Order: sequence, then structure tokens, then C-alpha cells
Amino acid sequence: MTRLLAAGHRGLLVECDDLPQVMALHRTLEEARAGGALPGVVDLVPAARTVLVTFDDTSSHSRVAEALASLDVRAADHERLDHEVEVAVIYDGDDLDEVARLSGLSVEEVVRRHGAATYRVGFTGFAPGFAYLVGGDAALVVPRRDTPRTRVPRGSVALAGEFTGIYPQEGPGGWQLIGRTEAPLWDLDREPPALLAPGTRVRFTRRDP
Amino acid sequence: MIEVLRAGPLTTLQDLGRPGLAHLGVGRSGAVDRPSLRLANRLVGNPEGAPALETTFGGLVLRFTEAATVAVTGAPAPLCVDGRAHAGCTPVTVRAGQVLELGMPTRGVRTYLALRGGVACELVLGSAATDLLSRLGPAPLRDGDTVELGRPAGPMPGVDHAAVAPLPDEVVLRAVPGPRADWFTDDSLTRLGRAAYEVTAASDRIGLRLEGPALTRGRTHELPSEGIVEGAVQVPPDGRPVIFLADHPVTGGYPVVAVVHPEDVPLAAQARPGQPLRFALQRPLL
Repeated sequence: MTRLLAAGHRGLLVECDDLPQVMALHRTLEEARAGGALPGVVDLVPAARTVLVTFDDTSSHSRVAEALASLDVRAADHERLDHEVEVAVIYDGDDLDEVARLSGLSVEEVVRRHGAATYRVGFTGFAPGFAYLVGGDAALVVPRRDTPRTRVPRGSVALAGEFTGIYPQEGPGGWQLIGRTEAPLWDLDREPPALLAPGTRVRFTRRDP
Repeated sequence: MIEVLRAGPLTTLQDLGRPGLAHLGVGRSGAVDRPSLRLANRLVGNPEGAPALETTFGGLVLRFTEAATVAVTGAPAPLCVDGRAHAGCTPVTVRAGQVLELGMPTRGVRTYLALRGGVACELVLGSAATDLLSRLGPAPLRDGDTVELGRPAGPMPGVDHAAVAPLPDEVVLRAVPGPRADWFTDDSLTRLGRAAYEVTAASDRIGLRLEGPALTRGRTHELPSEGIVEGAVQVPPDGRPVIFLADHPVTGGYPVVAVVHPEDVPLAAQARPGQPLRFALQRPLL
């Protein structure tokens, strides 16, 4: 980890070098908290290059920083522990042709490559249950749409930058839609309600419409 | 049971929210002015985090089909039961059949109405809070809805009136620079600490949107999305700061120039459109 930044009186933003380091640090912090090593910590929020640690008034920046310094962050040990989820996708998204054009591949090749990779949830955000998946084929890195859609259907599988995401609910969105799934991404009657949590491994399987 | 005759501009059920779920994309939500919610609950002998009603600019009219004890806190607003005026910050007994009216606050935005026993409702992820950004929790109250009273969990308090500091004419919020103060020009930071901003009507439970001098970024490349705290002062591309409140997004991609002191967040939550607002910038914490 590189830098510690104060995010107000009750937050510490830990800057990492890259997303794998974020994921390893987040997992290590979660384990430390489960083991009682981070008293007063409220939230651990992984993102693209940072982990935000928020705490109540029984903790402090220096206490969290001390705890961080004492942690042994090793990614390799943790990867085995993450469970894998299979998500069946019907690849008929409205932006499939555009993604093919942007990547210089045929639609069939876009679908093949997207389904061939094994993904991991880097972090979540944007909406409850929305996960940013990494590990996709480098040829499928595409920009967001110039004009976001006001309505993206629930279950849409989409690309933006290095990420694949699945919209858990209908809502606005600017990602390139390549397919859809009926996987229950967000279910309040389930514990935890999110199907995809940071660290979860994801494989996409192709389903016919 | 309580019938909602008029829900007003926005009345939601709120408690202390859903802390600890941000890694799943779920924000804290809950009362925007938490000390006022806690006080209202204490005044009627509830646990501090019991679900209560958060009104926005008043306008709430309730008919009680059973007797209840209520307390009103937060933005001071005229409170009448069957046309008779009652004070805020004190328990008020309402008899079966009476109508309670909560008018437009004279200062502030959000008035809290706690009911002895709280409100019986289904919890979502451990909370009754309505999160308007994530669309979690019960929908905002509508005319004609009914509200079920919960069961009292403890005795009534010995104190029957709480003294609270009046809401100020000009909102001054202590704030510490960072985590992305270095993404802005030095000039901009100085401006943030000296400028007179004005709260705009586009403000809501997600954030206070401000009108005033724009802040200029020294770094123009894109910031990868990162976790956001309550009270964060985020600066979108137009340079006008947004102060994030209870329903703020869990992560965001615009730099946060400063964070409001946790004790001053409730003041921000009560700032009205058109009201002047300044930041009292403090020394960086790290």
C-alpha cells in the first residue's frame, strides 16, 4: 500500500497500487475485523484503487493506521477461499454490434471471449448488488456509451473500461449492453442479499434465448 | 393505528440506517439529522434508533385511531393537536380520534416525529430507513397510508423538555481538507475556506447542492471511483461543491476536496435552499 489519506474525522482512505492489491487488502481487513482486530471499524469499502475504512468515535486514524501496519496482506492465500458463481447469459445485448466494432472482433468472437474468461468481483457500488468484475479479455476493454441510457433493464450484462457489470435493478446506465441474465443478483431474503460480493469468482455460461 | 391524511412534500420512515453494508453497495441512509431523531426517541422513552417519521418542510397531518405519545424535534415547526398548539422537544399526548398537524418549519428543513413504541414495520437489512438513492426500505408516506404503532420498550423519561440550540441564520460548517484536496489548485482551497455559498433547491437527502464560486481542479485526469463518507464535499465537473448526506452513494468518481466535521453534518442537513453557507476549513488531519 502506498498512501494513507484522511477522509474526514471518521474515515481513512488507503491508496493501493492496483486492483489486485485492493482486493487482497480488503479481504485481509475483513478477516482482521472478523477476528476482532479492528474495533470501532464500521465499513470497509473497496474501490478501483482504494479501500475506505470508516470508524466510529471509539477508534481513530492512528489506531486504524497501526492495525493496517500490523497486517500481513497476501493475495495468494485468499484466492482459494473465494467461492465461484456461475451466471447464465443470453448474449443479445443492444450494444453487442458496437462492442464488436470497437474491439475489431466479430460478434461471435466477442461472445466467445467474454464467456471464456474467469472473473472476480473487484468491488461493488453504483447500486446495491452492482459488482465490478475484473479478469475479462483485454480485447473487450471498451469505453462507456457517449450517451447513457435512462433505462437499462434489470439483469443486463454490460461492459465499461476493464469491467463487466450486471445491473441488479432497472435504472439509468452508460455501460455497453452485451447480454442479460436471470441470475438473482439482489435478494433481500437472502443472507447476504448480494450474489456478488468483493472477491467472488464469476464464470459466464452462454444460454440460448 | 395512525392514518396519514396528508403526507406533505416528503415524509419518510427513518432510523439510524444500515451501517456496515457499504461493501455490498448499500449506503447507511437513516435520519439525515441523527441527533434530532435520537432526541425525539428519548423524549418518548424509545431506544434512540427506533423508527420515526422524518418530514421535509412539514405539511404532515395524521389522525390517531388510538392514543399515543409523540415528540417533535429537528426543524422547529408549528405542532397542533385538534387545533391546539403544542411545543416541540417535549412529549405530547394525543388521544384516540385526534388529528395532529405539523406545519412548515420556521427554520431548518427536517422535523422528526417520534411515536412512543416506535413504528411497527418490516425491516430491510436490519433497518426501517427509506433510502431514496438505493430505493431500499418502505416507500415515502402517501396520503391515505396507515402507520402501525410499535410496543413501548422502556419507561417514559423523567425529563419532559429538552433544550436545543437554535438553528443558525448562516450555516458555518467545520471541514477538514482531503482526501483529494491536492487535486485542486491552492487558490481553490483558499476560495473554499472564504467563499459565501448558497444552498440550492436541488438539495435532497443525498446531498446539499451549493451555488457559489466554482473550484478549479489542478489535476484533470479521471479519478478512479472511491469510497465516500457522509459529509464529503465532492466537486463535480462544474466546480460547485456537493455535501453528501445520509443517502449518499457508496462510491464516487469526482474528487472530494474536504469532509465536514461529523458534529456539523446535522447542521448541513437542516440548511434551507437560499440559506448562506460557509466552510470553516481546519488543518488537515494527517
